[in-house]
Amino acid sequence: MTNWETIIGLEIHAQLSTESKIFCGCSTHFGDEPNANTCPVCLGLPGALPVLNRRVIELGARAALALGLQINNRSIFARKNYFYPDLPKGYQISQFDQPFSANGELEIMTAERDDAGHPLEWRPKKITITRLHLEEDAGKNVHEGLPDIDRYSYIDLNRAGTPLAEIVTEPDFRTSWEAYDYVNHVRRALQWVGASEADMEKGNLRCEANVSVRRRGAEKFGTKVELKNLNSVRFMHRAIEFEVERQIGVLEAGGHLQQETRLWDERAAETRVMRSKEEAHDYRYFPEPDLPPLEVSDEFIANVRDGMPELPEARRKRFMEVYGLSFPDASQLTSERSLADYYEKTAAASGDPRAASNWIRTELLRELDAAGLTAQDSNVSPEALGTLVQLINDDKISGKQGKEVLHEMFKSGKTANAVVEERGLVQLSDTGEIDRIIDEVIVSNPSQLEQYRAGKEALFGFFVGQVIKASKGKANPKIVNERLKAKLSS
Amino acid sequence: MPITEVDVEKVAQLAHMEITPDELKIFAPQMADIVAYVEQLNALDTADVQPSLGGLTPEGETTDSAREDTTAPSLGQKTALAEAPDAASGHFRVPKVL
Repeated sequence: MTNWETIIGLEIHAQLSTESKIFCGCSTHFGDEPNANTCPVCLGLPGALPVLNRRVIELGARAALALGLQINNRSIFARKNYFYPDLPKGYQISQFDQPFSANGELEIMTAERDDAGHPLEWRPKKITITRLHLEEDAGKNVHEGLPDIDRYSYIDLNRAGTPLAEIVTEPDFRTSWEAYDYVNHVRRALQWVGASEADMEKGNLRCEANVSVRRRGAEKFGTKVELKNLNSVRFMHRAIEFEVERQIGVLEAGGHLQQETRLWDERAAETRVMRSKEEAHDYRYFPEPDLPPLEVSDEFIANVRDGMPELPEARRKRFMEVYGLSFPDASQLTSERSLADYYEKTAAASGDPRAASNWIRTELLRELDAAGLTAQDSNVSPEALGTLVQLINDDKISGKQGKEVLHEMFKSGKTANAVVEERGLVQLSDTGEIDRIIDEVIVSNPSQLEQYRAGKEALFGFFVGQVIKASKGKANPKIVNERLKAKLSS
Repeated sequence: MPITEVDVEKVAQLAHMEITPDELKIFAPQMADIVAYVEQLNALDTADVQPSLGGLTPEGETTDSAREDTTAPSLGQKTALAEAPDAASGHFRVPKVL
């Protein structure tokens, strides 16, 4: 294994979040009756002409800027010619030699994983993104669930003409985990700037991997295999791992690899040949005569840039520098924009950014997960959680009581103060009252007192426990500690 | 670049057309003639001429022809499938593909 180096390049297709298709006014709504959202343009009927959707330019620009690409002032749509039943025109309108954007350098954080899947050491890695171009999606072939499916394929063209951004990298990845972390990075970035829902399970983010291996130290790339049908980031990772093993196995046995396209079969946990190079397509690209060149002004690009939110990586770094959070904590809080917003509001309201981070990551996310919600739908507002953190920091209630209070706040939507009052949870910080309880505890435990005074200091914890118990959990542990120490040694 | 029978065979294959050896002998010289005819344009000096993409004038080329992202009525399933050579269960139906 160590004699071989893995080389991976990735292509991602992300559906841009528009209401209507890229070249016609049909709805992009998912799950409608088959072929209902079609018209002469997306059915490829003779004489129909495409007109570009303006929102596609804006979302494409957002995606490109979020991934560090340069947007070209002029790009050209081109016809990619091939025959397939889900492509009614016989060509896909895409971009070829003059794409919408190119030359991106993206820094991602990546880590290898141990056998249990836990990250080992996070490190930055630069990935070159060759291009991001705009194109239309094809329709959907239905291969199951309909009559005579062994003899027929069924075509639903609702998806035909849905806008896509295709994002292509250089062969920069050396491990499957790097590829995994890159796809997650891209997915988060596209969601963050509102360019795409980027949900692999729903099919609005699709991924293909070009995989080859070469002997360590060799300069020439090995024969590459294109992997398709990678329906989740986990599947992609498994497919690459399998494919690398397979290729090394063939080469070490003295065999030769074919340049081919292979499909990942999750059930069989293996890749299978889909088509070999001999059948590879000759797409005969040429400029789309029905669409003018796409002109994008510097002013337009500047406007889009100004309207962009702070990007996730920048925000993660700021969370670490300004709020003193660790890398894993800051990463978790910037996994979604709504969560990052929630955190910052809570940090401000509580006056204690690190405590706010702990409460959100452990308690709040657990409640949200259990209820199947995200931060923006939380029943507990950031201000309310901030108040709770303050109550704990001010020793009004204990941390343990805080958990109960949050649970109740989450259930009922009440404020922290209301729950504390209702439950009589106010923490006992009156030193006179605490002294009285301590005196009682000392009197009722003479033998422990004797042992403690004889040097058995471990018994201090016993006394603390007894006092807290006698106060029904309300006594402020800090004050109990202070007063107990004084009284036991007097 | 002279067009040969090999080129014609390749184009036919890409177009999913069956072509007989006899037809190949007829079409190859015909296509060669057509290409030679168009190649006369190479006599023009186009070093300073921008490609006219989209068939528009220089003014027209920068015309913003994009539309707003609003939906318009679609044909609906019934109309969309009405002229299909074969349709079933709300879908276009074709011979089995992979």
